[in-house]
Amino acid sequence: MPDALDLLATTGQYRLLGHPTDLAGHIATLGPAPLPSDASRGWRQGFIAAVEASGLSGRGGAGFPAAVKLALAQSGGPGGSVVVNGMEGEPASDKDKLLLIRSPHLVLDGAQLLAAATEARRVTLCVPEGRRRVVAALRRAIEERMAAGCAPVPEVIAHPPDRFVAGEESALARWVDSGRSLPFFRPDKGVALQIGRRGALVHNAETLAHLAMIASTGPEAFRARGLPEDPGTSLVTVSGAVELPGVVEIERGTPLIDIVRRALPTGQPQALLVGGYGGAWVGPQDFATPYASFSLRAIGATAGVGVAVVLGQNACGLAESARIAHFLAGQSAGQCGPCVYGLPAIADDLTRLARGQADPGLLARLHRRLGEVDGRGACRHPDGAVNLVRSALHVFSADLAAHLDGVPCPHWNRPSQLRFPDSARAA
Amino acid sequence: MIRILIDPIACDAYGYCAELLPEAVSLDEWGYPIVDGRPLPPELASAAKRAARDCPRRAITLRERTSGH
Amino acid sequence: MSSTSLWYATRASGLVAMVLLTLTMVLGITTTTRTRARRWPGFAHQELHRRISMIAVVFLGLHVLTSVLDTYVNISWAAIVIPFTSSYGRLWVGVGAISLDLMIAVFASSLLRARMRPQTWRAMHWLAYLSWPVALAHTFGMGTDAGESWVIALGAGCVLAVAVALTWRLRHSARQATARRVQASLAGLPPKSLALTASSQTGSSHA
Repeated sequence: MPDALDLLATTGQYRLLGHPTDLAGHIATLGPAPLPSDASRGWRQGFIAAVEASGLSGRGGAGFPAAVKLALAQSGGPGGSVVVNGMEGEPASDKDKLLLIRSPHLVLDGAQLLAAATEARRVTLCVPEGRRRVVAALRRAIEERMAAGCAPVPEVIAHPPDRFVAGEESALARWVDSGRSLPFFRPDKGVALQIGRRGALVHNAETLAHLAMIASTGPEAFRARGLPEDPGTSLVTVSGAVELPGVVEIERGTPLIDIVRRALPTGQPQALLVGGYGGAWVGPQDFATPYASFSLRAIGATAGVGVAVVLGQNACGLAESARIAHFLAGQSAGQCGPCVYGLPAIADDLTRLARGQADPGLLARLHRRLGEVDGRGACRHPDGAVNLVRSALHVFSADLAAHLDGVPCPHWNRPSQLRFPDSARAA
Repeated sequence: MIRILIDPIACDAYGYCAELLPEAVSLDEWGYPIVDGRPLPPELASAAKRAARDCPRRAITLRERTSGH
Repeated sequence: MSSTSLWYATRASGLVAMVLLTLTMVLGITTTTRTRARRWPGFAHQELHRRISMIAVVFLGLHVLTSVLDTYVNISWAAIVIPFTSSYGRLWVGVGAISLDLMIAVFASSLLRARMRPQTWRAMHWLAYLSWPVALAHTFGMGTDAGESWVIALGAGCVLAVAVALTWRLRHSARQATARRVQASLAGLPPKSLALTASSQTGSSHA
């Protein structure tokens, strides 16, 4: 599919997309990865200092500071693994696929650098088996690197199941470790993940690409883009009611509406879905919000996995949200009661609302359920669903009143403007 | 100050914790416990220990915290 | 202690242990989630199960101890845990040894619960389902009091109690499973009129 995706705009010195895809071209443009001939303690500390100076935070959804995660993994001692999270279970996101196809060496260089920094012995690239183009591109890249001796640590491809939850960090580490793709309960975020009783460092593909760029162009080049509080660039997939869906590389702090404009919306957007299906809706009054963690948090959203979906005028936000809620409910790992029972119940309520078949107690019940499900799972999956639904009730509050009165907007039954994988069960 | 931590994966909605500690644990409509994470008053400490011991799934751990997390 | 009194003690403690173990089984089998309809609280059920099992172990210990100490018949220490090595009553003492071994595993599983995975704990604890009937077989196979009508009645009572408990438990599990299946089928399945596949975007995002 990435033929239909194209980098819509990348400008300036620091960028992830637009470099040559083959190894020779990559080295000619960016130089070889600045790997040490001997990863001394001094080098490792220097590397983490550079990461810290850059202010890079994860691009896989949680936005956790990369330097902190690295320090944690370093404390685990040698012999561990670096896991490249290329799962991208978010249906509305394509950035990781595109990055792995177009700039695989950037991602792999990042993984090698992290392996050197944590004295890891293995790099495992996790991609679902069905993504043939991505897998082919990775295989080609790995072969090139092996032939050229650019892979001090072995690079191996693995195929976890293609489910939303399989890309969750702890579920991914557990899958690599024991074959079971299930998140586990981590009340102490300060405890590192483990694979084979050694430390494991799991990072999103885009984050690794940034690490490689920061290592070769320096943290200042990263900080020169974006904002002081949220530096660098991000890849964002723009889709929905647009003429040119695709992936853009933007500076952090770019106003949301400017990001989606590059995809040529087919009309004035009714709302934007930011951060993914577990993210939040943003209404027109907030379209100018800068794409940065602090500013998005202030409006109840997050950058999440780098997604911006445009909801056109001829669509019902409540109906689309009901579809998303059903999708998320079906993607539960099935381990925790509040998620297993709560998400389908919430999706049911939202569906009734969308159809204009709300009973008098529905809104109160929905709000109670949202409050009860939030934060009561082992992973963040139910939290994302709750946030999405809450933002829908807020942003589409004008429609809400009519729906509650049994008069849904005329568009509620139209085909969805959102993408859902074929594997999700649908009526 | 003791705080109750419930492992949502291990929990199977037996509901014994809510029976022993109604002041601190309530059940949602599907029988799963809701705790607000606040430290327990000292008089509830023994009931909390009993709840942790009685849970058939060993889903409850008690955390000693001197200050808020 | 005279051999006779040891002999009586062995038989008495054995029967008491059998009854207590049956009670433990019944309480364990009927420990279920989400049963709100009970007259007494669920945690009491759990605590009773635990306490009665400990009293059962005491009587079991007495039973085993007195049987070894009794000089009238020769049952060695080893024979109570290694099946079929006793010179007296090789078969049925052996059966008792099997039951004891299984019971030791059940008890150990609960003592060491924090150190093992939940699945391991469950596998070990469910050896009780094997240990109990083997214990019953030992009780009647030994034959000492098996002819007495009250002992037969006791045995029948034990079997009945466990049978009733198991039936109740299986019915309860079936009801819960149905409820769970209904819930699960709702998840991810929007009603027809909110069809997910009719998307105006170019297909799915598979690369």
